[in-house]
Amino acid sequence: MSTSHKVPTVQGVAQEVQENKKSLSRRNIRIGLAFVAPALIVLTVFVFYPTVKTFFTSLTTDRINRSGRFVGFENYAKLFTNGDFWIDFRNTVIYAVFYAPLVVIVALAFALLLNRKDLKCVGFFRTCLFMPFIISLTVASIAWSFLLSPSLGLIPYWANQYFGIQHLDLLGSKSTALATIIAITIWKNFGYFMVIFLAGLQGISQELYEAASLDGANAWQRFLHITIPGLRPTFNYVVIFGLIGSFQVFDQVFILTSGGPDRSTETIVYRIYTEAFGNGKMGYASALSYILLIMTLILGLAQLISNNKHEKEEIG
Amino acid sequence: MSHAAQAPSLSQVSSERHRSDQLKKRAHTRSLIARTLTYVLLIAMTIVIIFPLLIVLITSFTPNKLTQTWPPKIIPSSFTFDNYTSLFQRMPIGRQMVNTVIFAGTVTIFSVFFDAMAAYGLSRIDFKGRGFLLGLLIATMMIPAMALLIPVYKLLASMNLVNSYWGIIIPRLADVGGIFLLRQFFISLPKDLDNAARIDGAGEFRIFLQIVLPNAKSAVLVVAMFNFMGNWNDLLWPLIMTSKPETRTITAGLAMLTGHGSSVTPYGVVMAGALISALPLLIIFFFIQKSFVQGIAMTGIK
Repeated sequence: MSTSHKVPTVQGVAQEVQENKKSLSRRNIRIGLAFVAPALIVLTVFVFYPTVKTFFTSLTTDRINRSGRFVGFENYAKLFTNGDFWIDFRNTVIYAVFYAPLVVIVALAFALLLNRKDLKCVGFFRTCLFMPFIISLTVASIAWSFLLSPSLGLIPYWANQYFGIQHLDLLGSKSTALATIIAITIWKNFGYFMVIFLAGLQGISQELYEAASLDGANAWQRFLHITIPGLRPTFNYVVIFGLIGSFQVFDQVFILTSGGPDRSTETIVYRIYTEAFGNGKMGYASALSYILLIMTLILGLAQLISNNKHEKEEIG
Repeated sequence: MSHAAQAPSLSQVSSERHRSDQLKKRAHTRSLIARTLTYVLLIAMTIVIIFPLLIVLITSFTPNKLTQTWPPKIIPSSFTFDNYTSLFQRMPIGRQMVNTVIFAGTVTIFSVFFDAMAAYGLSRIDFKGRGFLLGLLIATMMIPAMALLIPVYKLLASMNLVNSYWGIIIPRLADVGGIFLLRQFFISLPKDLDNAARIDGAGEFRIFLQIVLPNAKSAVLVVAMFNFMGNWNDLLWPLIMTSKPETRTITAGLAMLTGHGSSVTPYGVVMAGALISALPLLIIFFFIQKSFVQGIAMTGIK
């Protein structure tokens, strides 16, 4: 009797716990969503919706001030058969492939210089080296356009004076314009990556270096076998961010070269801008946008995959 | 016997000591040389790096005539304020400065707050669908904003929001990068803090405002500074959303001043504009640099 009486009570308690849990989880959904709501609304209207919308626009001949007709993948077909697109694509890829590794190397070199323990005024140097990162690309571009100006600038003057190069026009000649824009952007951004590397370097245990020194490893060996592996996670972050960022080049091109000379610095984003807001071809520019989006997604996926692989290697 | 043989003689000891002294001395000289070299290299490189900024500063005070002489000189023979007066005549720089402060300031305040709220929900509250939302946001992070400009512009244009504060501000009110950075930071905060408050009967919003947010100052500062900098310095977005000089931000105004084919405006005037546009950020940076730099370091190490 007493036992059969007790059983339902336990069940009752379990049920009550269950119900509490249910109401708790319902409460959590409500609270959780309330916290996420403001950001989610903004992102839905200005990111999720436009992502879908851009795709549909890319299938039309929409213009900036009137709707066009549905043309399927014609815009894409036009793009891929159009030589201009491949020039933009090539410029963007060249930019990314050179910018990302070079900015990392420059940043790492400065970080290594600043990482000496016996160095004074580290803060002062760091602040100075970080300053180009604070200013806008617009200001940076203005400063460099003056320095590089063939008729007014100090750099062409010095090139003539000390190296005998006459009429140096780095931004105005087809063979050097893109490289110059890459160099200016490295100058502008390396400070950010330098700071990240500095933190990464300080995270590597000093004992490792001491032990390696005792074993007779020289500075280069220590760098190769302790510093570089120790910075692995930092590298991963920095390279991918450098690459993704470099797909978005616009400001420098807009101010320094307007894509010229002869399209040699025209990037995909610059082209999106001129097609959409200069020529008003929204459909065509949307197709370009989608190609940019897919390029970025491929990079992002590559990053995820390489991250997973390394995590597995580290565990295994 | 064997003991005596093992014990080194006095002269041996002294020569050994002498050798180790020598080694130490050599190591000391070597590190001294290395240190001096590092200093020389650092000073030289620092000068090279900030040289273009110094040129902006100097040129903004250089009389227009002297910027057009050949050979160009680093330090001009005379200085002037004319570039600044001319700048104020050429563009409504005061108005543009106000526009920029309103734009970047409003975006920063709201975006940091909304980002932090979302980060709190996604890190502190265990609710069904959280994983899905998180995945959705990670995917969003990879979408380049440039690729979405067209529909966003058309949407805002259809609402008559081009050339208005609302139009330029609203789409920036949340930012996935900020949400992730803050979420990472919130996860690292001990849960005991808010659990104690929860037991005391504090509501979630109060826990967020009074416990979690104050403990995340460094992360909030970094997200805020990046937001402010990003919007202050942004060119493409204000360029598209504004078509009149009075509605432009200072960065867009400056870009229009140099424009395509910068020969129209004298360099001295452009440099004056560049300096004015960069100064507020540089001043803010000098005040918060230590915590900002530390915060950036934190973003790189996951």
